[in-house]
Amino acid sequence: MTELLLHSFAQNAFIAGLIVSLLCSSYGVFVVQRRMSFLGDGLAHVAFGGVALGLLLQFEPFWVSIPFTIIVAIALTYLKENSSLEVDTAIGIFFAVSVALGILFISINKRYVSDAFSYLFGSILLVSKNDLLYSLVFLLITLVIFLFWWERWTYSTFDYELAKVDKINVEFDNYLLSVLIAITIVISIKLVGILLVASYLVVPAATAKLISKTFSQMTIFSLIFGVISSEVGIFLSIIFDLPTGAFIVLFQASFFCLILILKYLFK
Amino acid sequence: MKDPIVEISELSVFFGKYCVLNKVDLFVRSLDFLTIVGPNGGGKTTLIKTILGLVEPESGSVRVFGKKPCSVAYKNIGYVPQIKTIDRSFPGKVYELVATGWSGRWKFALNDVLRQRVKEVLSTCGLEHLEDRQINKLSGGELQRVFLARSFIRKPKLLLLDEPATGIDTIAETDFSFLLEKLQKENQTTIIMVTHDWEYAYYHSTSVLLLNKSVVALGKPQDVFTEENLQKTFGHLGHEHNMDFILRKDD
Ligand SMILES: Nc1ncnc2c1ncn2[C@@H]1O[C@H](COP(=O)(O)OP(=O)(O)OP(=O)(O)O)[C@@H](O)[C@H]1O
Ligand SMILES: [Mg+2]
Repeated sequence: MTELLLHSFAQNAFIAGLIVSLLCSSYGVFVVQRRMSFLGDGLAHVAFGGVALGLLLQFEPFWVSIPFTIIVAIALTYLKENSSLEVDTAIGIFFAVSVALGILFISINKRYVSDAFSYLFGSILLVSKNDLLYSLVFLLITLVIFLFWWERWTYSTFDYELAKVDKINVEFDNYLLSVLIAITIVISIKLVGILLVASYLVVPAATAKLISKTFSQMTIFSLIFGVISSEVGIFLSIIFDLPTGAFIVLFQASFFCLILILKYLFK
Repeated sequence: MKDPIVEISELSVFFGKYCVLNKVDLFVRSLDFLTIVGPNGGGKTTLIKTILGLVEPESGSVRVFGKKPCSVAYKNIGYVPQIKTIDRSFPGKVYELVATGWSGRWKFALNDVLRQRVKEVLSTCGLEHLEDRQINKLSGGELQRVFLARSFIRKPKLLLLDEPATGIDTIAETDFSFLLEKLQKENQTTIIMVTHDWEYAYYHSTSVLLLNKSVVALGKPQDVFTEENLQKTFGHLGHEHNMDFILRKDD
């Protein structure tokens, strides 16, 4: 067992888990508090289309999904800000079309069906050294952006209008947030899987919210829960040789329930 | 002559096809205390929001401190919104909310100086006991007073208040007019306040704007509060005793 954990793929997985969980839990607090989980869900579905296209064209799925999800993230944000049209419906359509296309792409070239499954469920074996590098770079970018934007995003999360009165460019900030969430989702897919990435994004933040009195606390707790649950999940998945994403999300969900119960008992 | 703080000319605002403000002219000088009075839906909030740059005019011009609303430094303007429906699920404390009035950001953590400043303004407003409370556990009136404190901490040059006294008990209301006067004296603040309290407008403001889509009357309270003007603004005055306070004074 220790041998297994010393393997380079295992080390990759633990590092990837650390990076990806830090990313998801930091953006997750905004996704939860702004009630944007639909965005996470929708973008994951769109990413599926991108991944399938990448597999079909035999081109790194990561780089195919990124532009797709970013464009859709921008489009959804635009729709949300500028139209009275039912945004839910629009997202539902984006959803369906990209999943349908994804299914077609995969069926055209049956050789990649098993790869497609890895992307759906997530697998530590998919995580390459290159992936680690991209995600590390993106984590550093995120860190810098958070230094400047956390206080702006938090203010407009609390109240859009007050933030606007105080000359915060809330529209731009919203687009920025959506694009960054899109990238975060695509980066997390290899480890967690398309099916579970949306919950991976929100559960640590939702758990943190249960016990936080301020938004700063919520951010910190979310990071802690995210990292712990990801590392434990990866450990278990290596030991039992079962999909990583499932372990992580199950672990996160039980954490959430535990805290919910404790909170109920002690208040 | 004192500096112009707000200059509005020929301002019209539409929501879709519906005209909410029609050719409004308004001139507010430094140290004025202007109250805006008018019926529900008369466009008072819209006028305030146009001054803040939240609402885009269809035509006409708005200048605040001689600039377009969007290019005025945020520190110069304080704003107390009309009964604020906040996101009750947002985890935050009163001192954090008040601090946004100073920094224009939701701070991750407050430094000692800012924390002290928040304490001071809360105690001036008689709200020390609320400092460490969670925002979502405040009563409506408490929240309204916290928003007042939040606007005071900025020591703005221009303060816009949209029915600030709604939901506040009478005793707090007395403190409130006292605080406004203090703020105005100490910081040379110009005040624009929407109110349904005619008596307050009559006794406390230097000028009154009667607004019902367009300007019905603008001037000194004694000149503006006439039966005729009020009738024009509100249509038929259901209960004449609304004017009692003016008659009482004349006696
Ligand atoms: N965002 C909006 N979209 C469409 N119509 C609006 C919007 N905001 C206000 N209105 C309309 O503009 C009119 C003026 O509204 P406003 O809020 O300025 O009135 P008010 O004088 O502040 O009224 P009250 O005394 O009730 O606060 C109303 O008829 C309202 O329905
Ligand atoms: Mg109003």
